[in-house]
Amino acid sequence: MIGLQHFLILAAVLFCIGLYGALTRRNAIVILISIELMLNAVNILMVAFSRYVTPAALTGQVFAIFIMVVAAAEVAVGLAIIISIYRNRETLDVHKIDLMKW
Amino acid sequence: MGVAIAFWILAAVAVIAALGVVVQKNVFRVALSLILCLVAVAGIFILLSADFLAAAQILVYVGAISVVIILAIMLTRQFANGSTANTLRFPALIVSVLLFGLLAFAVLKTDWPSSTAELPDNTTFALAQQIFGNTQKLSENSGFILPLEISAVLIMAVVIGAIVIAREK
Repeated sequence: MIGLQHFLILAAVLFCIGLYGALTRRNAIVILISIELMLNAVNILMVAFSRYVTPAALTGQVFAIFIMVVAAAEVAVGLAIIISIYRNRETLDVHKIDLMKW
Repeated sequence: MGVAIAFWILAAVAVIAALGVVVQKNVFRVALSLILCLVAVAGIFILLSADFLAAAQILVYVGAISVVIILAIMLTRQFANGSTANTLRFPALIVSVLLFGLLAFAVLKTDWPSSTAELPDNTTFALAQQIFGNTQKLSENSGFILPLEISAVLIMAVVIGAIVIAREK
């Protein structure tokens, strides 16, 4: 019998994998992809709670839709910034993009 | 029984694809693993009887976001060995595993409330009612009209901002 806890554990696994990727990768695009993974895990959480706790209200699914909107906006602006950085510095390694680091 | 089999298959595909995202060196394969993971998550949404969200997941994530990510990877031309790990690998592994342990402990120890109310058999209409509110009695339930308008403004700002930032000088 698949219940709420299965989906919550699956979302936790995906979130922690995305967190590991965001903390360890050096390529800026891969860091952005890892953040997408974490946002997707949160979406699973929202929909699972909506399905098992308040099935008639669907408020969790509305939140998931807004998370999708913001994630799409974040990817568009993030990739524009990454392309701009690549054009100026010829690299995507976040260790070499250290203009504001001291 | 069928739901259980589908859940385990989709969960295994999603977790393996997510591991592929954080382990592989080739950035192009990382993007393809991300697409596989997103498709598996869309299947999970169908299992949770969220049909509109599954369609939106396929359209927005698999259709649009992954194309933009692959376009950026092509433009930056660093895919062969582009995704190496930094020196923080072991601290990050410890942090992630600790966070997962904490989350799993909280999930398994909590007595979640569960409802047996009827599901609407088609969520699109119910979602529209949730977002746009009940128009007959505007003062009582205005739904999520204000966040909807704000997200429209956000998308507009993002389109203009992305063009301005990425444009050749």
